[in-house]
Amino acid sequence: MATAGTRERVGRFIYVGFCTAVFLFLIAPILVIVPLSFNAEPYFTFTEGMLRLDADAYSLRWYRQIVENEVWTRALVNSLVIGIASTVLATGLGTLAAMGLSSPAMPGRRWAMGLLISPMVTPVIIAAAGMFFFYSNLGLAQTHIGLILAHAALGTPFVVITVTATLSAFDTNLTRAAASLGAGPVRVFRRVQLPLIAPGVISGALFAFATSFDEVVVVLFMAAIEQRTIPRQMWAGIREQISPTILAVATFLIVFAVLLLFAVEWMRRRSAAR
Amino acid sequence: MQGNDNAYVEFEGVSKSFDGRTLVVENLDLSVKKGEFLTMLGPSGSGKTTCLMMLAGFETPTSGAIRIDGRSVHELPPRKRGIGMVFQNYALFPHMTVGRNLAFPLEVRGLDEAQCRERVARALRLVRLDGLEDRRPGQLSGGQQQRVAIARALVFEPELVLMDEPLGALDRRLREEMQYEIRRIHKSLGVTMVYVTHDQEEAMVMSDRIAVLRSGDVEQVAEPEVLYEEPERSFVARFIGENNRLHGRVRSVDGDICEVETGGQIVRALRVAPCRPGDATTLSIRPERVAVSPEAGLYTNELDAIIEDITFLGDHLRVRVNVCGRSDFIAKIPNIVGHGAMLVGDNVRIGWTPTDCRVLDPENEEEST
Repeated sequence: MATAGTRERVGRFIYVGFCTAVFLFLIAPILVIVPLSFNAEPYFTFTEGMLRLDADAYSLRWYRQIVENEVWTRALVNSLVIGIASTVLATGLGTLAAMGLSSPAMPGRRWAMGLLISPMVTPVIIAAAGMFFFYSNLGLAQTHIGLILAHAALGTPFVVITVTATLSAFDTNLTRAAASLGAGPVRVFRRVQLPLIAPGVISGALFAFATSFDEVVVVLFMAAIEQRTIPRQMWAGIREQISPTILAVATFLIVFAVLLLFAVEWMRRRSAAR
Repeated sequence: MQGNDNAYVEFEGVSKSFDGRTLVVENLDLSVKKGEFLTMLGPSGSGKTTCLMMLAGFETPTSGAIRIDGRSVHELPPRKRGIGMVFQNYALFPHMTVGRNLAFPLEVRGLDEAQCRERVARALRLVRLDGLEDRRPGQLSGGQQQRVAIARALVFEPELVLMDEPLGALDRRLREEMQYEIRRIHKSLGVTMVYVTHDQEEAMVMSDRIAVLRSGDVEQVAEPEVLYEEPERSFVARFIGENNRLHGRVRSVDGDICEVETGGQIVRALRVAPCRPGDATTLSIRPERVAVSPEAGLYTNELDAIIEDITFLGDHLRVRVNVCGRSDFIAKIPNIVGHGAMLVGDNVRIGWTPTDCRVLDPENEEEST
């Protein structure tokens, strides 16, 4: 009994230790950015004052930089405009596509589905290069519209997947019932289908937004100075002027991403509870 | 049947195929009178639900015509047919309260808030769920959800209501209660109802007439009593109620009475299916019409049998006998003084009147067992 108990305890110790190590390996490089962003000095390393937890060694100057520096405010506005517009586009198109693909009457569903999902599996660099040449010919490269369209294409697969998943649990008798009660297709969609698949639509939209908000490769190809988004500005910042402002922006993005994840999880629970 | 002025719903030569090869419904004719409660009864795969879906407009007939009130509904989408429909799984909108569920068809029709509230309350009173407007479907029991589904199908006062096995998911006691409830609602509103079920007891309890369906076609349409007493097809005789079947061959025909040889014995029976001497046939006789040890000379048909089993069921006894080469022949006899004299293994005489024994179409032996 004693040996079994000991062995169990040792096993548990190794298990917890291993999990902690994996967790640290994954999260430490990200977390270390957060305290560094409060550095009072323009360095990417911990100063002695910071290690002594000296209050003077910490400051919000890099956060002030974000707000005061026109380059960053423009990047933030660009990110939000492109992110929101492409999300709206991706959500609308993705939801419609998912509904069509869920109908048994739709021919070639697998092929259409594969085609729609492909931006997710294609290496971004290839998609970006292709988009760049294609959009250049149409005069859409180096425009906000071009970036919105490109990001919408990248975000649509997430919406298609999440909405298809919620639709698979959707009882088609509900649309039949609504039709038999006299409702036309638009009313059936607005009053019956949309409210019930809303969790899928919203989490798809959040993913689409996160995709656009994080995206740097397509932006590298397509954006001029005026279209620079936050990730693109960080890229430039790392290459051109190494300033802890980037760390402050990164911290801001981490908090933002965590909030998005919480939102998705909350949606998922809400739909599961139903 | 066709062109019947009385008919409110008419199926005329309706066929349906989903894959272009096999017909789920085959050249089906059926008419439903206004205000009638008609049940489509059949085993699974008989095409009854497909018929209902075609009537509701969710499926299109491959050929043939469906008319409601004399008007072909071929081009009419479901929402314009004005048919109340109750689904097997209720299909209540889970994100709306009971009140909103019921108000849905009224809002579609442009009724204002006050009218909606009044009609919803009236519909809930009809199904005895007064005051449950603010509940969600998920907070109700199965029986209550079913009542809400029925109320929703009736609230916009359709002239035709379809029900697709609506009681299938309920337990037995609740099902019986709901059968009478639906019957009561039908009588009080006078709407035409087409009801689909595979449960013959349910069909018997509720219907004005029953259409028995088998592999896509109607075998017989009749009132429940007629269907039970005078089945015209061996499938109907088998499907409705309990029934003894004897397979044999017609020896002679004399007017309405045939002599049929079965298991080495001669039986006199009523001719129902057209037959000639030499034809194969299935004889059908209800267990309660078979007498055990009858007074000599009382019945034209009297046969020797051996009692195989006796089951006491309170008000009656089920006596299983071996007769005409079959050991699954059942006689149901009322529980009266003297039955105690019967013992398993006894040789007895059994008898019945020829008119209670019906000569029907032959059914193949494998199918019948």
